[in-house]
Amino acid sequence: MKSFFFHTGRYFLMMRLVFSKPEKFAVYKKEFFHEIDNLGLNSLPIIAIISFFMGAVITIQAAFGFTSPWVPLYAVGFTARDSMVLEFSPTMVSLILAGKVGSNIASEIGTMRVTEQIDALEIMGVNSRAFLILPKVAAFTLINPFLIVISMFLGVMGGWIMGVLTHVVTSYQYQYGIQYQFNPFNITYALIKATTFAFIISSVSAYHGYYTDGGSLEVGRSSTKAVVYCSILILVFNFLLTQLLLA
Amino acid sequence: MLELKNINKHFGDRHITKDFSCKFEQGKTNLIIGESGSGKTVLLKCMVGLTKVDSGEVLYDGKDFIKMNIKEKQHLRKEIGMLFQGGALFDSKTVEENVIFPLAMFTDMTQEQMLERANFCLSRVNLKNVNNLFPSEISGGMKKRVAIARAIATSPKYLFCDEPNSGLDPKTSILIDKLIKEITLEFNITTIVITHDMNSVMEIGDKVVFICNQQKWWEGDNKTILHTDNKELSDFIYVSKFLKELKERQG
Repeated sequence: MKSFFFHTGRYFLMMRLVFSKPEKFAVYKKEFFHEIDNLGLNSLPIIAIISFFMGAVITIQAAFGFTSPWVPLYAVGFTARDSMVLEFSPTMVSLILAGKVGSNIASEIGTMRVTEQIDALEIMGVNSRAFLILPKVAAFTLINPFLIVISMFLGVMGGWIMGVLTHVVTSYQYQYGIQYQFNPFNITYALIKATTFAFIISSVSAYHGYYTDGGSLEVGRSSTKAVVYCSILILVFNFLLTQLLLA
Repeated sequence: MLELKNINKHFGDRHITKDFSCKFEQGKTNLIIGESGSGKTVLLKCMVGLTKVDSGEVLYDGKDFIKMNIKEKQHLRKEIGMLFQGGALFDSKTVEENVIFPLAMFTDMTQEQMLERANFCLSRVNLKNVNNLFPSEISGGMKKRVAIARAIATSPKYLFCDEPNSGLDPKTSILIDKLIKEITLEFNITTIVITHDMNSVMEIGDKVVFICNQQKWWEGDNKTILHTDNKELSDFIYVSKFLKELKERQG
């Protein structure tokens, strides 16, 4: 319990310094665009592959499960859409990104710590927390909702293409299903989750990386801790946000 | 000038430095020597504020660094250059970007001016045609030289070097030592070097401070150090068989 309060307190103290005024905006801007590419665009291929096939699997599973003649076949498209929009894209993709982006951030900053690169920044008079963490948090929080929207689109497309190719649903029924009782707030809900999870992934991983102490073994440990804590926090906040926004 | 007054530092029950006081003068290379684990690096980190001291004063031109607020510290740090043991170059940046970094961060220079300054600093440390290489693509000695170039890019008043020769061959070590000495004289800066390399002591030791038993044990220069009567210092200097024999032959 003491450790929990220690880390929570240190996390918030760190975040206070992360959001302090940048020494030079132009340098931070350059880092920000670098992180957009590094954390966001580089994650696109894995998100595309996972989302496409997950959409396909959800569609086939839904069609397999809806054996009752009382359930219309367009329910397959409806199920695929809501599964992707409400849960798979914002939550599951964020969990996957917690592994990819979270470990990337923690190991990068952790390595900088153990090789004295952070000390070098501090000696120069640079606010190392802000310089290293702010561009990452800002870039990933901004780009993640776009990644999630792409994931939703590719998931629904994957369900459509594979559903039609495997003859579990017709193209017309699927298209009707994905438009049936569409609630635009679901997209807002998903984007709020995506933004929150992106902030958690980038800031918590950065925290674990920044306070790495030791050598390469500790960098590995920090990286693992970052992924574990990010995943737990995503699940907790997923519940809280769902209760807050949908209940 | 940099002055330390009664610096005390301990980690848990372990004392690192006890009442350490010393003056380091401008335009001179001041060396702090001592065995591994004697607290040299911790003392250096205390001087630049990377480690908090338990008590004592770190006076930069009479102003206590410990009592400064964050803005004053950040302002002072722009006058400090530091050469870390491993170079501490930014892996994700090229050699040129590493040298330009402090200029981009703290000056209003144009890109052309920064490039000109970076090229000057790199040529000053005898590095050419490495601008676009990454730190992983250059040798250990080159990394140290890039780190020196980065440290002097903003024309600092103080230069701190943490074991600049560690992991280098004797020839490259002497090159680095000479470079530190030349830069100190050329830019009239206060240089503090942490080392346990006796070659460095003899090459550049304008002032030498020996740390033993967590205290300042001896103070002098490279001319007087070989004739010391201090037993601990003598044991430290003449630890190698070669030097022992040389001392015996010279009587």
